[in-house]
Amino acid sequence: MSGDHSTYMPTTGIEKWVDSRLPLPRLVHDSFISYPVPRNLNYAYTFGAMLSVMLIVQILTGVVLAMHYAAETTVAFNSVEKIMRDVNHGWLLRYMHANGASFFFIAVYLHIGRGLYYGSYKAPREILWILGVVIYLLMMATGFMGYVLPWGQMSFWGATVITGFFSAFPLVGEWIQQFLLGGFAVDQPTLNRFFSLHYLLPFMIAGVVVLHIWALHVVGQTNPTGVEVKTKTDTVAFTPYATLKDALGVSVFLLVYAWFVFYMPNFLGHPDNYIPANALKTPAHIVPEWYYLPFYAMLRAITFNIGPIDSKLGGVLVMFGAIIVLFFLPWLDTSKVRSAVYRPWYKLFFWLFVINAIILGWLGSRPAEGLYVVMSQLGTLYYFGFFLVIMPVLGLIETPKRIPNSITEAVLEKQGAKKPVAA
Amino acid sequence: MSEHETSSETLGEPTRRDFLYLATGMAGVVGAGAVAWPFIDQMRPDASTLALASIEVDVSSLQPGMSLTAKWRGKPVFIRNRTDKEVEEAKAVALADLKDPVARNANLPADAEATDLDRSAGKDKENWIVMIGSCTHLGCVPLGQAGDFGGWFCPCHGSHYDTAGRIRKGPAPENLAVPTFAFTSDTVIKIG
Repeated sequence: MSGDHSTYMPTTGIEKWVDSRLPLPRLVHDSFISYPVPRNLNYAYTFGAMLSVMLIVQILTGVVLAMHYAAETTVAFNSVEKIMRDVNHGWLLRYMHANGASFFFIAVYLHIGRGLYYGSYKAPREILWILGVVIYLLMMATGFMGYVLPWGQMSFWGATVITGFFSAFPLVGEWIQQFLLGGFAVDQPTLNRFFSLHYLLPFMIAGVVVLHIWALHVVGQTNPTGVEVKTKTDTVAFTPYATLKDALGVSVFLLVYAWFVFYMPNFLGHPDNYIPANALKTPAHIVPEWYYLPFYAMLRAITFNIGPIDSKLGGVLVMFGAIIVLFFLPWLDTSKVRSAVYRPWYKLFFWLFVINAIILGWLGSRPAEGLYVVMSQLGTLYYFGFFLVIMPVLGLIETPKRIPNSITEAVLEKQGAKKPVAA
Repeated sequence: MSEHETSSETLGEPTRRDFLYLATGMAGVVGAGAVAWPFIDQMRPDASTLALASIEVDVSSLQPGMSLTAKWRGKPVFIRNRTDKEVEEAKAVALADLKDPVARNANLPADAEATDLDRSAGKDKENWIVMIGSCTHLGCVPLGQAGDFGGWFCPCHGSHYDTAGRIRKGPAPENLAVPTFAFTSDTVIKIG
C-alpha cells in the first residue's frame, strides 16, 4: 500500500496459486510485516494497536450480549439484569463491554493527545487526521446510544438531555428532536432505533478504520522528531519491531483493563443506572459517561446570551464546535515544525491544554452552580483559545529548536549522548 | 458520434445527446430521492404516536398547596392547586423582570403576555396551574416547590422557575409550557 516495491515472495505452490488470483497474503505481508516504520517510534505510537484490539473486543462482546438483550422498554432493564445473574458468564461479558467502552475512550484520548503533541495532523496527513476525527465522532455516537440500552435512570435522562440539544436550533429544532426520538419523549421507538444503530455503527467505525490505516500507509507514520523518513536507515521492518512494541503496549493496557473488569467493574459507571428508567422523575445529578464530561462542562459554561443566540443554543453550538474545530486543526496550526519536542512554547501550551481538558472533565461532573460555572467558562475559553488563537499565532512567532537532519542522526545523537554517561 | 462532439464543441450548442444525459441523470436523482424517502421518513413519530390522545385527571383530592403529576404523551404534566401566597407572589412580578415575557399557553394566542392570569387556568381558577413538567432547557423534570423563586427547580442545569412556572434564572430559554386543557367539571381536567 505504501507504493514501494513489494517484497512478498511466495514460495510454495499454494501461495503462488493464491497470489496470482487474490493477493491477500501479499497485502498482509506488505502492510504488517515488511512495511517500513521509523526506527525511533516510542510507546506513544502503540495506542493505535490498543484501539484496534478494543474495537474487536467491543464487537465480539457486543454481538454475544445482543443474543440476550431485548430492546423493549418493559423488559430491557430486566434483560440486562438477567445477563448479569443468569446468562452463563453474562456478568463477565457485560462488564467487559461496559468497561471496554471506557478503555476504548482512554486509548483514543491518548492517541489524539499523541497526534497533538507530535503534530501528526500536519501535511501530508490531513485526511488521515480527519478520518480519525470521524472515527471519534462515530465512537461518541455509539457510546451514547449504547449507554441508553440498559434503560436505567441515567440511560433515560441522558438520552432526554442529549436529544434535547437539538431542540435548541431555531424553527427546525423541535422537528429534529422528534425525528430522532420517534415521538414526543424518549420511549419505545427511541430505544429500538438506538439498539439498531448501536449495532450498526461499530461496523461503520471498522470501515473508516480501514480508510484510516490505508491513509496512514500511503503517507507513512510520523515519529517523535517529526522529520520525514529519508533513507532506508531511518526505518525498521514493522515485524518484529513495531509488532512486538505494540504487543507489549497492548498487554500492559489490557492488564489495567482486566483489573477494572474484575476488581472495580462499576467504578466508571453511575449507580443511578441500576434504577429502572422513570419518565416522571429526573435523578438529582445527571452526568454523562466520563468520556463526554469535558464537552458537557463546555455546554453548561454558556449561561449568557451572545447577541441573538440565546444561552441554550450557544451552549449547544460551543459543545459541537469543540469537536468540529478538530477537523480544521491541520490548517489552524501554522508552524512548519511538526513535533513539540522542538517547539518549547507549544510544548508548554500543549500540556496546559491537557490539564485544562482534565479540569473541564472534573467540572462536567460537578453541579452547574457558583464557582464551577466560572471555572468552566475559563476552561472553555482556553480550549478554544488553544486552537483558534495560540495555534495560528504561535506558529508565526515561535523560534523552534534545531531540528535534526534525519531520523538516523537524531537516534545516533541520543545514543552518543548516552555513552559517556554509561562509561 | 464524432459528428455530434464536433458540432457540440465548435458551436457550443447542446446536442440531443447532452439533453438525454441530463434528463436521465435528473430522473435518476428523483428516483433515488423517492427510494430514500421511506427510509428517512420511518424515523418520524407515526400516526399513533402523533394522535392527540387526551387524558382526564380527577383533581378533587388536591387541596391548596398540593400537586399531582399526570403522564401525557410520555411526558409529565404538573397540576398544582396553588396557595394564595404563591399566586400573590407570582402576580407581584413585573413583566419586565421576566426572561421570557410570553405566556407559552396553548389555550391562548401565541403572543399572550406571561401574566400570572394567563399562565394559570384563567379567571376564577387562578389557583390552578397546569404545565408540561419538562424543563425548556434540555427536558429534565423540574422539582416542585424548590429553587430561588419557590416554584420549580431543574436539577440538571440549574434553571429556576417561579410559582407561575416562568423561567427566572438559569439556562432554560422559555417558561414551562402550558398544554391544551380544560376543566370538564369542577374537579376533572381534560388535557390534550
